[in-house]
Amino acid sequence: MSSNGLLIDYEYCTGCHSCEVACKNEHNIPRGKWGIKLTEVGPWKLTGDKWEWNYVPVPTSLCDLCEDRVGKGEKPSCVHHCLGKAMEYGPVEELAKKMAAKGKKMVMFVP
Amino acid sequence: MNKEWKKEYEDGSYSVRTCGWSPPGDHPVGCGMKLHIKDGKLIKVEGDAEHPISQGRLCVRCLALPEYVHHPSRITSPMKRSIDDRGKDKWTKISWDEAWDIIVPKIKQLKADHGAESIVVFGGTGREACLYYYPLGFASIGTPNVCYPLSGWSCYGPRCAITDYILGAGYPEIDFAGTFPDRYDNPEFTLPKYIVEWGKNPLMSNPDGFYGHSIIDMMKLGTKIISIDPRITWLGTRSEYVCQLRPGSDTALAMAFLNVIINEDLYDHEFVDQWCYGFDELKERVQEYTPEKVEEITWVPKQTIIDVARIIGQNSPTAIQWGLAVDENPNGVQLGHALLSLAAITGNLDVPGGITLGAPAALLGKWRVETRSNLSEELWDKRIGAKEWPALSTAMATTHPDETLDTLETGKPYKLRMGWFNSSNFITATCSAQPDRWYKALKSLEFNVVQDCFMTPTAMAFADIFLPLPTFAEHDGVVITHFGRNPVFLGAMNKAFTVGDCKSDIEVCIELGKKLHPDMWPFDSVEDFFSKQLKPELGIDFNDLREMGVYQPKYTYRKHEKGLLRADGEPGFNTVTGQVELTSTLFEAWGDDALPYYKEPPYSPISTPELFKEYPLILTTGARTFTSFHSEHRHMPSLREITPDPIVELNPETAVLLGINEGDWVDLENMFGKCKMKAHLTPCIHPKVVHAVHGWWFPEKPAEEPSLYGVWDSNINKLVPHKHIGKLGFGAPFKQMICKATKREA
Repeated sequence: MSSNGLLIDYEYCTGCHSCEVACKNEHNIPRGKWGIKLTEVGPWKLTGDKWEWNYVPVPTSLCDLCEDRVGKGEKPSCVHHCLGKAMEYGPVEELAKKMAAKGKKMVMFVP
Repeated sequence: MNKEWKKEYEDGSYSVRTCGWSPPGDHPVGCGMKLHIKDGKLIKVEGDAEHPISQGRLCVRCLALPEYVHHPSRITSPMKRSIDDRGKDKWTKISWDEAWDIIVPKIKQLKADHGAESIVVFGGTGREACLYYYPLGFASIGTPNVCYPLSGWSCYGPRCAITDYILGAGYPEIDFAGTFPDRYDNPEFTLPKYIVEWGKNPLMSNPDGFYGHSIIDMMKLGTKIISIDPRITWLGTRSEYVCQLRPGSDTALAMAFLNVIINEDLYDHEFVDQWCYGFDELKERVQEYTPEKVEEITWVPKQTIIDVARIIGQNSPTAIQWGLAVDENPNGVQLGHALLSLAAITGNLDVPGGITLGAPAALLGKWRVETRSNLSEELWDKRIGAKEWPALSTAMATTHPDETLDTLETGKPYKLRMGWFNSSNFITATCSAQPDRWYKALKSLEFNVVQDCFMTPTAMAFADIFLPLPTFAEHDGVVITHFGRNPVFLGAMNKAFTVGDCKSDIEVCIELGKKLHPDMWPFDSVEDFFSKQLKPELGIDFNDLREMGVYQPKYTYRKHEKGLLRADGEPGFNTVTGQVELTSTLFEAWGDDALPYYKEPPYSPISTPELFKEYPLILTTGARTFTSFHSEHRHMPSLREITPDPIVELNPETAVLLGINEGDWVDLENMFGKCKMKAHLTPCIHPKVVHAVHGWWFPEKPAEEPSLYGVWDSNINKLVPHKHIGKLGFGAPFKQMICKATKREA
């Protein structure tokens, strides 16, 4: 059981797939399987000029929150390479505070 | 800081810090990374957190670099093929010496018998070769004919030329604090209040060296976005306004913004009075472009036009980032002129948080220009299309691309006999219109050399000699953003390991140059070459740059006030009038209108209503994806897993009428050609518009002719006509054609 999580700011996840490929490299995950996988909601029109279109990467059972990297003082590979800097790793309580502080379009995973 | 460029580990492995530039990957973005090498193999790529721009981040194309460098079908030694076997997979490996023994006598013979102008060097888009294919032609081979084959030179060149003529400056790029080591925190920097993304999606394209996700960095700090795009992009959904315009109607929209800003007196009087030429004429011209009239032309609601114009006029600094849509448009010179005018009269030129300007001469560009001194005036005068298209040939040192195809087809004014394809796979839907026509025309060449990393459709069709290129991870080099035309930084590309027997662009230039024009190539080595470029301008040599990793030149704002744009050191802009030419002296001298104007696309519901009945969709092409750089990367398993097929986007309403479902294969067709794409239905595109991707070939399909890796199957450029270009020779309709879409049987 981990007390650490992955915080994702899906206001700024641009759907670049870097997390997927960085994770596969780190954990040597073959094609057809993912340690973290991008999901997409939308695009569809809300009202007027407003649109719903969000990407959220979802960690899978293959995610160990990059135990080895974190042990060496590095960030998980997905967090390190995220183009939108939309991912953060840390203790759940700290991440929860950050979620509340931003107040919108945030999600936390404890894989 | 832990800045050493090479680090060795106990298990014998090591890591090398470097900055990227295609092949493979991207424009000169220079993203920082560490390459981990074990037993001679690249085992891992890790983003360099200390890099001031990319800051550890990496896109999938660099993350997949090990797949690319160690791909089983990579070509890593020179090869030859009999001319009778062109189009057949019948290659023989040879040494570099044998390759030179074939190439050098052939060039000498062609020069002696037919003149050096019978040889043409073709370049591609965005790769490192963009710096070297000109010197390769001028100073290694000695021909005046260097060709970027894209109809109307429709990529980057038009924007550079327009800027040269209107502002007398290098490339205009939005200010993202790129030259400051402390970036957005630097006290000289001001955050743009608004960024206007005009026909550009930098998150995916990282255009010309601009780091695309800097946009996200600045949005988090408070910058708002205005998106001018026929599609609602993801960035569009995060924008304050989207002007979803009809493809190709951009110039009318820009003129309407100018109309509102001028008529509502929202412009910067001081800047206009002091630094602009021809404001009154522009004011008169924009009266024709009222928001009401322009709503009809562009489909953008009148109120949106007024609102956006007011935002641009009332919020300083606002930065306009212009995209490929300016180039890929026969009316694009006028669009570029209007956009620079918009930036100028709102006081956003060369101010913090506005649009930065490069110096008129490219950094490290002196040598490239000087290589032309290898050619006599008489020979230079033979450059194809130069006399007919002075507006193009004054700014660009190349041939005119469309004239080059005409010359290949007609043998006039003389016959072209040899082609050297440097990192250009242009029978694939990349940098040519009517690639099937080029394909037929290129068959007339007697001898061809191709430089690339993989066997491409173009190489399979034409190469007699294939010269393998190393990736950026396998050779020393310098990456310079915006090709030196507005350099944010210079990065060291460090040779980390060797794969096979490949030679980089500059190595080939020097080796061939020493054999044919040794006086032009006084360099002992690649390192010596780079040191001789760097030292006079920056005072550092190649090893210094290696140690530094990244060099950020100091940026000076408001250069026009300080005499930093003109050779005479006087304040002002480096133009004929010394001012920003809202009214252009040169355009008029070259036979075009001195002021911007809107012209309908060559094919559109309005210019060709009868044809539009048969082809009732507006076709726009070429939007980027994260997983490929033009025609690169189609054989990288992890990237193909993400983007398996060429996609056409259709509005669901349109798809229903056509009986097309998500994932169906669709034929796109017009009077020039036909191709197939897989349908993706999205409400983000207008029901009358479809968008199709470029660059597709299928490495898994048969290599030999007629297949050529399926190059004709999904080749969208077959639908784009030859020589439908603007009056000054720039701009072709890659983003505003017409077509029909039908569901493919089986």
